[in-house]
Amino acid sequence: MTLAEVVLGAAFLGLVAYALFGGADFGGGVWDLLAGGTERGRRVRALVERSIGPVWEANHVWLIFVLVVLWTGFSGAFAAAVTTLYLPLTLAAFGMIARGAAFAYRKSVSTPGMRRFFGASFALSSLLTPFFFGAVVGGVASGRVPPGIAAGDVITSWVNPTSFLGGTLAVLVCAYLAAVFLCADARRAGEADLAEAFRLRAFVTAAVTGTVGLGGILVLRADAPLLYAGLMGRGLPVVLLSAAAGVAAIVLLAVRRYALARVVSALAVAAILVGWAVGQYPYVLLPGLTIEQAAQGRTTMTALLVALGVGAVVLVPSLVFLYTLFQRPTGADPVD
Amino acid sequence: MTALDLVAAGAVENLLPARTQMALSLGWHIVFACFGIAFPAIVVFTEWRGHRRGDPVLTELAHTWAKAMGVLFAAGAVSGTLLSFELGILWPGLMDRFGEVFGFPFVLEGFAFFVEAIFVGVYLFGWNRLSPRAHVLSAIPMVVAGVAGAFFVVSANAWMNNPTGFRLDEQGNVVDARPWAAMFGPSTWPQFVHMWLAAFMVTGFLVASVYAVGMLRGRRDRYHRLGLLIPLTVAAVVTPVQIGVGDWIANVVADNQPTKLAAMEAHHETSAGVPLSLGGIYVDGELRYAVEIPYGLSLLIHHDPDGVVPGLAEVPADERPPVNVVHLAYNAMVGIGSALLLLAGWFGLVWWRRRRIPHTRWFLRAVAVSGVAAAVAMEAGWITTEVGRQPWIVYGILRTADAVSPAPGLGYGLVAVVVVYTVLTAFTVVVLRRLARGHDTLAPQERVEAS
Repeated sequence: MTLAEVVLGAAFLGLVAYALFGGADFGGGVWDLLAGGTERGRRVRALVERSIGPVWEANHVWLIFVLVVLWTGFSGAFAAAVTTLYLPLTLAAFGMIARGAAFAYRKSVSTPGMRRFFGASFALSSLLTPFFFGAVVGGVASGRVPPGIAAGDVITSWVNPTSFLGGTLAVLVCAYLAAVFLCADARRAGEADLAEAFRLRAFVTAAVTGTVGLGGILVLRADAPLLYAGLMGRGLPVVLLSAAAGVAAIVLLAVRRYALARVVSALAVAAILVGWAVGQYPYVLLPGLTIEQAAQGRTTMTALLVALGVGAVVLVPSLVFLYTLFQRPTGADPVD
Repeated sequence: MTALDLVAAGAVENLLPARTQMALSLGWHIVFACFGIAFPAIVVFTEWRGHRRGDPVLTELAHTWAKAMGVLFAAGAVSGTLLSFELGILWPGLMDRFGEVFGFPFVLEGFAFFVEAIFVGVYLFGWNRLSPRAHVLSAIPMVVAGVAGAFFVVSANAWMNNPTGFRLDEQGNVVDARPWAAMFGPSTWPQFVHMWLAAFMVTGFLVASVYAVGMLRGRRDRYHRLGLLIPLTVAAVVTPVQIGVGDWIANVVADNQPTKLAAMEAHHETSAGVPLSLGGIYVDGELRYAVEIPYGLSLLIHHDPDGVVPGLAEVPADERPPVNVVHLAYNAMVGIGSALLLLAGWFGLVWWRRRRIPHTRWFLRAVAVSGVAAAVAMEAGWITTEVGRQPWIVYGILRTADAVSPAPGLGYGLVAVVVVYTVLTAFTVVVLRRLARGHDTLAPQERVEAS
């Protein structure tokens, strides 16, 4: 493995972490959106709020991490991608603003109208933001981002079949992950009926995600032949792993082994992303720009690697502390 | 028309909207970033004192401030996220060419922000999950990460002012990038210290001003007195130090960015024995209607009344920043800073002699406006350094006009950002006012689950 591949691999690992943690976070908002009227959806919303309250900000720093590593290590490819795809990225950033602010502010207001407005803003942006991110991935994966600043079409780079597939899959995956994660949270909170409800949601979203994923293969064959060839060739084992993990997760949910179902579901989702990476390797921007061509100088890559290593030593224990602290059962309430 | 001309046309068209969008986003974020840097330390100190002394009023203050911190941190986090997008979306020329040189501190900032976000979560939601001692200890990473993050971001900005840590070959391509060296250019330390202290001034005066308003409305209980006293003391201690740091940074600017200093003073012809000019309008290479302090600038920069100060005329007209904006912003920052120094002195004197807050309502009125004033001074300072660097995005090397994205339709982004930030500001103000008023009860149909 070259230095550039290691650094890009680290950024990719950050992306996977973002898909899992940030994804479950977005998914919580999606279920908030679909929870029904104020009274009927109250318990679902309370569970979502309790589950993501302490961790949502950390969950979204993964994205920042990916961005800064890419722009430092692969400046040219980064500049090409963000300028061509600036529309969905700006919309996603607005979504993150609306979502984060509404979620944090909702706790501090009491009037029902205001709470409902913030709640709606949080929930709706939870649905739209991952869609735009998925569309961005679709644009890159289907080779619609040429090297060069704003060299691609700013509309068709993300308004196309692969982007639409990417966006839809992103939203579905978020909803699925959140449903699986919330099963365990609900059971720990002693709300067995809610756990059952989320189990059902997990089954339904898994079925829909699987169907869309299978149909998506046809979309890729027509719209992104290079990625399709990569997925069906070198990437096939990973695609099969994702499918197998998905099926295993369903079985685990069926027998209510929620903790294990979380892990296996995460594996299924991670494998989808790994499939994309393997399918597109060794290109950063299809069809011509390779990792080595896009990589910056050796000193910068080494500095990055050192920073990533030291950073991981600080970060990993902190994250473990955060998640274990709030996965421990206690009857305590947050600050308010 | 060749493809290159088309690109250039797009870039020219996009420059002003992109600069405005960046200025708005940065100007908004920096206020909340101040709270991310300074507020955790103030809140944790108050919590620790309350715990040590068994003082429920201090604990209650810390509790209220922690709630506000949650809101302010969220506002800072989401506006910072937009900025990390905008750096690439609006200024790809900067990223493409120099990302490997100065992107590195942003990676470190990514980690710092990560740690801060993790421990803000732990701090805000861990009150009942951790022992009081563990809770205070868990805040230390939050405090340290907030300051470290500020250092990394400011070091990236300092690099734009004084680019170091690389070489350019004959074609102007970056070779031999050394990201560690780039982080520690001549402007990094003075700029960081200046910003760090500014964060404590903005946070201290703003929080104190909330309680000054409460006291003016007759709420003079111990809760309000302490709510004013703690942040005001922090701000009052920092303010005189900041004036000294201001002198340091002015000298660093004089050494490394003479054109910016000349613009700050609207000083046209290189000369000796230069006066310090306050106010006025710069027209056709001449500052009119200004109040002048004889030999002031020469004394300030060289500590010598006959010191020679280079003027704007040293560089061609197309390498000069918009002088009036820079000059007046700089004057505003220094003027407000001096007024805040007076306020801090008044407070310090009365506290030293009488161990109490000055009784007069005029003092409370002054504190009530000091928060907004401090924030305005900080914004004016950022306008001074950012507009003062123009027309360069990387001083002396890359023009802002050459870094902007030529993407079609980019100008509409400004309209969207204005709309989004107007709405966000309105709701942030509403929520913070509600928190300041306190006594918030939940509506019956939205009751929180009893657990």
